[in-house]
Amino acid sequence: MLELTQQLINGLSLGAIYALIALGYTMVYGIIKLINFAHGEIMMVGAYVGFFSISILGTHIIVAMLFAMIACAIFGVIIEKIAYRPLRSATRIAALITAIGVSLLLQYTTIFFLTPQQRIFPATAFVTQDYVVWGLSISNKDIFIFISAIILMIILQYIIRRTKTGKAMRAVSLDRDAAVLMGISVDRTISITFAIGSALAAAAGVMVGIYYNTINPLMGIIPGLKAFVAAVLGGIGIVPGAMVGGFLMGILETLVSGYGNSLYRDAVAFGVLILILIIKPTGLFGKNTGEKV
Amino acid sequence: MRLSRKVSVVVLTMFMLSILVGCGGNAEKDPGQEGSKTDGTIKIGINSELSGNVASYGTNARDGAMLAIETINASGGVLGQQLEAVVRDCKSLPDEAMSVSASLIDEGIVAQIGPLTSGNVAGSTPVMMESQVPLIAPAATADPITFDEKTNKVRDYIFRVCYSDSYQGTIMAAFATDNLEVKNVVIFKDASSDYGKGLADYFKEAFIEKGGKIIAEEGFVKGDRDFRATLTKIRGMNPDFIYVPGYYEEVAPLIKQARELGINVPIGGPDGWDSPDLVGVVGADNLNKTYFTNHYSVQDESPKVVEFVEAYKAKYNKDPDAFAALAYDSVYLLAQAITDAGEADPQKITEALAVVTDFEGVTGTMRIDDKHNPVKGVVILEHIDGKQVMNTRIQP
Repeated sequence: MLELTQQLINGLSLGAIYALIALGYTMVYGIIKLINFAHGEIMMVGAYVGFFSISILGTHIIVAMLFAMIACAIFGVIIEKIAYRPLRSATRIAALITAIGVSLLLQYTTIFFLTPQQRIFPATAFVTQDYVVWGLSISNKDIFIFISAIILMIILQYIIRRTKTGKAMRAVSLDRDAAVLMGISVDRTISITFAIGSALAAAAGVMVGIYYNTINPLMGIIPGLKAFVAAVLGGIGIVPGAMVGGFLMGILETLVSGYGNSLYRDAVAFGVLILILIIKPTGLFGKNTGEKV
Repeated sequence: MRLSRKVSVVVLTMFMLSILVGCGGNAEKDPGQEGSKTDGTIKIGINSELSGNVASYGTNARDGAMLAIETINASGGVLGQQLEAVVRDCKSLPDEAMSVSASLIDEGIVAQIGPLTSGNVAGSTPVMMESQVPLIAPAATADPITFDEKTNKVRDYIFRVCYSDSYQGTIMAAFATDNLEVKNVVIFKDASSDYGKGLADYFKEAFIEKGGKIIAEEGFVKGDRDFRATLTKIRGMNPDFIYVPGYYEEVAPLIKQARELGINVPIGGPDGWDSPDLVGVVGADNLNKTYFTNHYSVQDESPKVVEFVEAYKAKYNKDPDAFAALAYDSVYLLAQAITDAGEADPQKITEALAVVTDFEGVTGTMRIDDKHNPVKGVVILEHIDGKQVMNTRIQP
């Protein structure tokens, strides 16, 4: 029982990171039906911005996270303008391949300029404190990551549900043509969606930096893929689905390594993706809407 | 008509034979003799990873080798001839290592030092074997590098100055039982590399033989950063010792997370741990009570090591790591083999290398055994407050 609780705690902090990345996937998909495979790399860029902000400017971790979020929001908008906007009326497969191209471009540009060597997040940036409560080890890192992830998700829900921008986003997601007729600027709404999604990925990147202490140019690949599975698990395009999917993925992985074989962890994660695509392609929160002809 | 046809067949056959013989002869004889006799120097090829993902290993090894060559030349060279280094970058790629070897042999080297990693040495091996020029691997620890397990034959022209993985795993098992006095061990290995899997097997075999018990064997893969789930499971098993054969990129977060989960038992590992990043990631306090097998220690007080460390520091203004030390030893081992052979001929050097006994190197006194592995001591380093401290040296 003690061990199970410990495993659940491990799973929650991992899941919080997946959930934050998954949100970006799902938001972009919800609006332009594009799986932005470069999303994991935006997380990586965010981690590097956070790293340089702490190690060169010596800022506090919260400030570093804000810097990373702002930088990546701008970066996400630029990527959308340059790489995806010209293809908006092209086939979906063309846009998907472009996304993979952008992902590789970001990985290898970073390797070229910053070397493939891993970098160590300065230990002074976040002084870890380990607490033992009823035999459970919890560190202030876990708490920090969990709480900041929840805060960011609440802010996101507020933006989507309560603001005019959020309304515009939901409208574009529901029916783009009708939204245009109602006077909503689609370009602007898509830009904002990319900005928010990228900012969340950047926050996740800095969290990964704190959590694992090291960052490298290829760090976005695996978490990016896992978060994609999480988004599909919850129902891609559905925001609460991404959150739940992220946490479920984190817990599932932890339980597989904890009670099964650690080497099957990734196999199980991607096995889940296949199962969902077979049994419930719309995901846990997905509604089955018939295509109108 | 008939006659002329017969003649032409004979002529053609002879012509083709002469091409074949000519080729073979060229590859075997020319390099050594041209290289050593025409211009009065002995050419040594240095095929090293100067760029790519293990560039830090390769550059340090080259520096170590160059220091050895300069020192030897300053004291009169070998057999009255100066050594000449031909340095080439194999970009940390096995196929590049192969073409570099081919071009070095064309330039008339008598032997090649390097590359560093087992994978790159394996890339270079076919060319060296075919041209019959000896290769001395400074740091390739995989067992099959010098011994082909499929045909059960020694690779005649491949030698190394570092110990092999089977040796390293066995020594750690001995250290764990004799010095740390542990009984119940969990192995948490890098299951995505031959290095990690091989070491785990050798350790396990030796440890069980010594009466210890392996409670569980867990694995991770290259690129993993989250080990909490498996570590929580391991914590529940209450081991006295954890053996983690892997490279520092994964081992560093692994140790850190183990300590954060309250696992305070000693943790041991192989030479892949040797990196300043380890203390950077794990933190000095958490790294206490961790041990790893390595080739030598900068702090060793034997005169040979002190002399080397001082010369290296004076020339490059940094501490020599194990790669620099091993490459330095490789050059000296080659120099001794050339002296023993009496002339700088690849074939004779190979024969001399195979029977080296009592070679005194920076990384220990060694002899070469019948599988072309050195028989020498292993250093166990312990981390104390973030510093690598020599715990003991285990002699074979």
